[in-house]
Amino acid sequence: MTQAPAPIRFKGTDTYLTNESLQAAVNCALTLQRPLLVKGEPGTGKTLLAEAIAESLGHRLLTWHVKSTTRAQDGLYVYDTVQRLYDSRFGDGDVRDIRRYIRMGPLGEAFSSPERVVLLIDEVDKADLEFPNDLLHELDRMRFRVSETNDDVAAKHRPVVVITSNNEKELPDAFLRRCVFHFIDFPDTELMKRIVGVHHPGLDESLSEQALKVFYELRTLTRLRKRPSTSELIDWIAVLKANGVSSLKLDEGLPFMGALLKKEQDLVAVAEAFGRGRRTRA
Amino acid sequence: MFLPFFYELRRRGVKVGAQEALALAGALKAGLHDSSLDGFYHVARALLVHSETQLDVFDQAFLAHFQGVESAGIELTQELLSWLEEARERTDLTPEEVAMLEQWDPEELRRQLEQRLREQTERHDGGTRWVGTGGASPFGNNGLPRQGVRVGGRGGRQGQALWQAGARQYAGYRDDLVLDTRQLAVALRKLRAFAREGVAEELDIDETISATAKNAGELEVVTRAPRRPNTRVVLCMDVGGSMDPYAHLVSRLFSVASQATHFKELRTYYFHNCVYGKLYATPQLTGGITVPELVAQVGRHHKLVMVGDASMAPYELGIRTDANGQYRAEGIEGLAWLMQLAQHFERNVWLNPEPPASWRAGTMAMIGRVFPMFALTVEGLGEAVNHLTRGRTPRGASARR
Repeated sequence: MTQAPAPIRFKGTDTYLTNESLQAAVNCALTLQRPLLVKGEPGTGKTLLAEAIAESLGHRLLTWHVKSTTRAQDGLYVYDTVQRLYDSRFGDGDVRDIRRYIRMGPLGEAFSSPERVVLLIDEVDKADLEFPNDLLHELDRMRFRVSETNDDVAAKHRPVVVITSNNEKELPDAFLRRCVFHFIDFPDTELMKRIVGVHHPGLDESLSEQALKVFYELRTLTRLRKRPSTSELIDWIAVLKANGVSSLKLDEGLPFMGALLKKEQDLVAVAEAFGRGRRTRA
Repeated sequence: MFLPFFYELRRRGVKVGAQEALALAGALKAGLHDSSLDGFYHVARALLVHSETQLDVFDQAFLAHFQGVESAGIELTQELLSWLEEARERTDLTPEEVAMLEQWDPEELRRQLEQRLREQTERHDGGTRWVGTGGASPFGNNGLPRQGVRVGGRGGRQGQALWQAGARQYAGYRDDLVLDTRQLAVALRKLRAFAREGVAEELDIDETISATAKNAGELEVVTRAPRRPNTRVVLCMDVGGSMDPYAHLVSRLFSVASQATHFKELRTYYFHNCVYGKLYATPQLTGGITVPELVAQVGRHHKLVMVGDASMAPYELGIRTDANGQYRAEGIEGLAWLMQLAQHFERNVWLNPEPPASWRAGTMAMIGRVFPMFALTVEGLGEAVNHLTRGRTPRGASARR
């Protein structure tokens, strides 16, 4: 029996820590060659996952940041009419060759790349409701046709597609069915300690302990509009380190709260909860 | 073996189909699960679940389905037991180790293991009795007594997957509302209208070509303003009392409407039973705006969507209040407030969660003469949106006369 060469297994990288279920999801996506859909709270490292996969597999990373105005077509290719019109007027180059005016989008670039790449479609939920549906065929078959030139763009190596979503919109079932799904949990204290350790090596033990304690304490506050997440903790610790803060107490005005809490109401809520009504501004 | 698990999942509302089954079969064939129940749990979860709202259901189904598989786990340990027997033949063990092995009779071990697996309900690390990791029990992984049955490692940590499923840490993400929000969103999408306004920054290809042609081939670029959403909506909702049974349905509509990005402006207000001069900003009927203020602030082209069951005691339509909702003998009747709204907004609808068959009587019929009434279902919403986008609403206007 001929076995396909054992696919490369993803194990995380030095700076990106994973757990078993995330690895299982990534490996499923790699082996089955399906897009990996990653959801999770903001700041849990959805986007970084694609970078980590690219790094650990040694592939190039292409990123497609989806915005509310992004259309599926933009990801495939754009036909630069203006340039062609301009050239036709001023006579630069061969206007009859339409191919010169077809610019590949991120998806088109990933398909036409000579080697395997990792394609990150970031925040797919930002786009229009129909956006994921428009990409179904392209992601399934990994090919599309440029209607202006009748060229077929087909992937030589199916790219590793990582799609992130912040859950602002429901994604259509047909789209979900084609994806491997993973929900990134919020890290528990142990994992968070390791994550902090990776980002701030040699951090004072007691400071990291206290910062984590404050951090998880804040996350339990149900009044917060936006709970602080991993990336905010990392930033906060960086600020603390840079300013030589060595000890923290939750009942005092906490230093540099602005790095953790991004809404004014939240700052007030924290001040009320821990500072006995005293208002602190960050 | 996993097909019955599929039907278990479907029964619980996780819509898995042939595509998922094939994907899972492919993953298992590729050995992604490392021949362990734990690995199977992770792989199955990644492939069968498509939303974090289903993770909890998945955990429950997994638990229900594979709880019995602890016996299958024991089959798995058969292999380990035979290894245990083989180990006695091995020569690379120290005499002490051999002696310790002799201590354990495979039959006895097997019996104990089965018994302990049955008793054990949670994951166990450390300790001397339960199956788990890092302990000194003869069953487990990375434990002290090497001569025990190694349950786990890459072989099959059958305690763990069930433990993880048992922990049900995704219960908080359950959201049974999720079913129809997309359908509602799609229905609301028809409510968009675009207008070209703002800075002309988009190339108008057709115009450019014709202008260039007119210009005898001399390039003449024509730009136009990009299309922007131009729909403004006022959404008012009846809260409390007879509306309570429909609260979830209405809140679903509200959440979809507030997430919709294709509205230029969306105002949401609350009222109780009937509008008495004032529309409130919160469901607790605080804050808000009076009807005359609203009429002054928003134009006729806003689309008014009223949501309510329109059922109340008939006299409630006749209560006279002033614009602040205070009872006044010289005030305006509730029905008249509604008519003011209906008259101001060129396009208005009333969405009623009650079945249409009951609309012919009582206050529903009266309000139905003021506002065109549609059922609060996905189809009804579609019809209502059609009505809103089509044009004038003669019924509302004629009711007043």
